[in-house]
Amino acid sequence: MEAFTTHTGRAVPLRRGNVDTDQIIPAHWLKKVTRNGFEDGLFEAWRKDGSFVLNQPERAGATVLLAGPDFGTGSSREHAVWALQNYGFKAVVSSRFADIFRGNSLKNGLLTVVLPQETVEQLWKLTEADPTVEVTVDLVAREVRAEGRDGVTVAAAFELDDNARWRLLEGLDDISLTLANEADITTYERSRPAHKPSTVQV
Amino acid sequence: MGRTLAEKVWDDHVVRRAEGEPDLLYIDLHLLHEVTSPQAFDGLRLNGRQVRRTDLTIATEDHNTPTLDIDKPIADPVSRTQLETLRKNCAEFGVRLHPLGDVEQGVVHVVGPQLGLTQPGTTVVCGDSHTSTHGAFGALAFGIGTSQVEHVLATQTLPLARPKTMAITVDGELPADVTAKDLILAVIAKIGTGGGQGYVIEYRGPAIEKLSMEARMTVCNMSIEAGARAGMIAPDRTTFDYLQGRDHAPSGADWDAAVEYWQTLRTDDDAVFDHEVRIDGASLAPFVTWGTNPAQGAPLSASVPDPASFDDPSDRLAAEKALEYMGLHAGQPLREVKVDTVFVGSCTNGRIEDLRAAASIVEGRQVADGVRMLVVPGSVRVALQAVAEGLDKVFTASGAEWRHAGCSMCLGMNPDQLAPGERSASTSNRNFEGRQGKGGRTHLVSPQVAAATAVLGHLASPADLTDADARTAVEA
Ligand code: SF4
Repeated sequence: MEAFTTHTGRAVPLRRGNVDTDQIIPAHWLKKVTRNGFEDGLFEAWRKDGSFVLNQPERAGATVLLAGPDFGTGSSREHAVWALQNYGFKAVVSSRFADIFRGNSLKNGLLTVVLPQETVEQLWKLTEADPTVEVTVDLVAREVRAEGRDGVTVAAAFELDDNARWRLLEGLDDISLTLANEADITTYERSRPAHKPSTVQV
Repeated sequence: MGRTLAEKVWDDHVVRRAEGEPDLLYIDLHLLHEVTSPQAFDGLRLNGRQVRRTDLTIATEDHNTPTLDIDKPIADPVSRTQLETLRKNCAEFGVRLHPLGDVEQGVVHVVGPQLGLTQPGTTVVCGDSHTSTHGAFGALAFGIGTSQVEHVLATQTLPLARPKTMAITVDGELPADVTAKDLILAVIAKIGTGGGQGYVIEYRGPAIEKLSMEARMTVCNMSIEAGARAGMIAPDRTTFDYLQGRDHAPSGADWDAAVEYWQTLRTDDDAVFDHEVRIDGASLAPFVTWGTNPAQGAPLSASVPDPASFDDPSDRLAAEKALEYMGLHAGQPLREVKVDTVFVGSCTNGRIEDLRAAASIVEGRQVADGVRMLVVPGSVRVALQAVAEGLDKVFTASGAEWRHAGCSMCLGMNPDQLAPGERSASTSNRNFEGRQGKGGRTHLVSPQVAAATAVLGHLASPADLTDADARTAVEA
């Protein structure tokens, strides 16, 4: 996994709540068997509308998505995270993420930051007023910062548990971490009851 | 202090617990399908890893599979490649697979329970959010992403933060015309799409205990639509009776030992949930969705709500957007909404009891002119059972299409899709924009409401059907 320490980039204010993963990447894209090449599928239906925020020329190259509440609901498709990353996003901010999406994003090094809705609202206003405003997502300090042209600033601390933060900062591979404790798995397996199901064909 | 059902199952699977780390949880059963596994197998290959426990892993094909002409090569080359990739991966890594055409093929969440693999007190995962279905057996079952699929393949474990627990208690008795689907749609409308976020929900109370095993699966299936990590129901006689004699259920002394363990899987009287919700079962009615997320629902007897009636600004905006997308206006009675397509199927409502319920309503009646009704059994086994009972004939005689098993129009990855602007009454679980086809509009309903809607051509419940509907059918 790619490590994440701190990132600064322009933002896309997405004023929508309940953005489900079917909207992030529609099902017909899920037939691909790779982890890349999903950028054109990102928000595919909405991008058909010329006025959709992602289509605005001043948002080209933006890397921080500022989303409404309940982002990433619905399907468990990790393709939603790959699509955001393939497109160029490094971090997503929302007041609430769906559990599976959040888990998937942190496993891929896409930082999902939870901030109160009022703060998201402030960031929306700031980046709508001036698309050139850069937002810094600082995992080391666990803080999001942005400064508007007229001197308006937003600085907000966010929470992320130490363990998840450490894995992101180091870009650690979960499977290797787990396999370092393989002896525990073997010990556990020895004590599993005989009545537990087996998929061996009967 | 006592423990909840979810906590008991969790504790029994902790492989390693260390300060400041997520628990490492053992996984008893890993289900695979073609869509979320290819990149995981690639990861194994890249790192020279094996599948640790092929005997706890099973795969089937469901999302991409066609429901017509299944003996012919799959027309869509990309779908075909994905299915071939699964077959190649399963052969290479030694994983049991039930491909298209096999008697055990079907929607992964229908297949696990019917084989008897889903058992109380087990941990079940699958790269699919509706894995919550298996919680109906008192299993801790949840959907995972592809990175986690790879993690389970390689280690048979997952590092996970302990979830919070929520009780949803349904008191009283459900009215005769209220199904498990109506119940769960009403629950989601009440707590919202994020209401269950971070929780494992335990459904309990007299109305839940009376549900059949299949109805319990319908309830747990949609836990994810409320944002919950998982949904569970404590195992009881209904659960044990369903399991006994199935291919992979324990037998002999193992059965006795299992039942003894399963009987301990109840929330202790002095256990404390992090959150509790109570619902009066007797107050529920047939329920349908009007919007583009599963929480945007109302009783069938109601009208489309006015977005201005929502206090929360983001709910108001969501309602406005939803009505625009759905082509509905505030105040329109839901019963007057006309549909083009009716879909009966999916891991929510594609089991034999669902097909029986729908068949009993269309029997002797005709699907309305201009309405297409698709009946897609959840698995080949369900299909065979339906054929044995003559249900396929009932459906085709009424003008419905009887299809082959799979996910089908639940997500429209195969050719079964809505055309732009088309409207469906669907027994599936998601009414998201474009879920059943680009520009398609979905109303989530029970199999009973789906069948009555097919006959009348507008959203309806069986109570709206008169004998005259049946007579016209006979004359015609
Ligand atoms: S039937 Fe629908 S919800 Fe269920 S697994 Fe298939 S696509 Fe997913």
